[in-house]
Amino acid sequence: MAISREEIFKKVQDVLVDALGLDEEDVTEEATLMGDLGAESIDFLDIVFRLEKTFNIKVPREELFPAESVLNNPEFVSGGKLTAKGLAELKARMPHTDLSNFAKDPDVNKIADLFTVGAIVNFLDAKLNG
Amino acid sequence: MRWIWIDKFLEFESGKRAVALKNVTLAEEHLHDHFPGFPVMPECLIIEAMAQTAGILVGQARNFQEKVILAKIKKAVFYHYVRPGDTITLHAQIESISPEAASTEGEIRRGQELIARISLMFSHIDKNLSGKRFPEENFVFTDTFCSLLDGFVQQESSEGRS
Repeated sequence: MAISREEIFKKVQDVLVDALGLDEEDVTEEATLMGDLGAESIDFLDIVFRLEKTFNIKVPREELFPAESVLNNPEFVSGGKLTAKGLAELKARMPHTDLSNFAKDPDVNKIADLFTVGAIVNFLDAKLNG
Repeated sequence: MRWIWIDKFLEFESGKRAVALKNVTLAEEHLHDHFPGFPVMPECLIIEAMAQTAGILVGQARNFQEKVILAKIKKAVFYHYVRPGDTITLHAQIESISPEAASTEGEIRRGQELIARISLMFSHIDKNLSGKRFPEENFVFTDTFCSLLDGFVQQESSEGRS
């Protein structure tokens, strides 16, 4: 049964409000999980569990938040920036995220900004309706 | 876990749920100061009792191969004080468990009376360190801790054999 993007967003919003102790209006599509919403690494696991329960699907953490394994590979990182290879890998692993801005200056410290609420919604939309 | 804050298990269903018991006594010195003339068990220590109950449940589910660390208190709601002389039971169940982490839900009761609802997240820390390493030995689950399960986990396996 298809579920609209809007319904997915609403449910993701509820999950994030509960998991991170936020007000509903904080959770916009553009909000970044770590920068704007204050999520820490353990919160990502909490969010994954809650999404699995809410949508009744398996959500592999490395699919939804793949940056960790990319950053751990020395081939993909050099001088605090992603290499061309690393950027290609990240693109391949994050098809649900727009990386065009990040690609101009692929500073690893900015990777956190890529995890937006919208990216989660896109991921789930592709998973549920793709 | 370096100190034991629950007295024994009453029920233990591997990978699913557990019930532990704790007796609260005025011999616990912190109760003399919390508060003078009005001793009540501090809520943080009520959470600790649940963390130990649920933590052992989560650890046993992976045969104590993981170092299970309390990572997040998802919810803690308290309905009544716990006083010296009370016996509380800690009812924990695993909500989700993955290679990296586990979440648990639980209730604390005094007899039939609901005292608190506590939901926790545990991290299997070796899987969440981005390549950092912890000591080989499992410093979380010491022998003293595992002895709490004597008669439960073994009993289950011996029943399975008969």
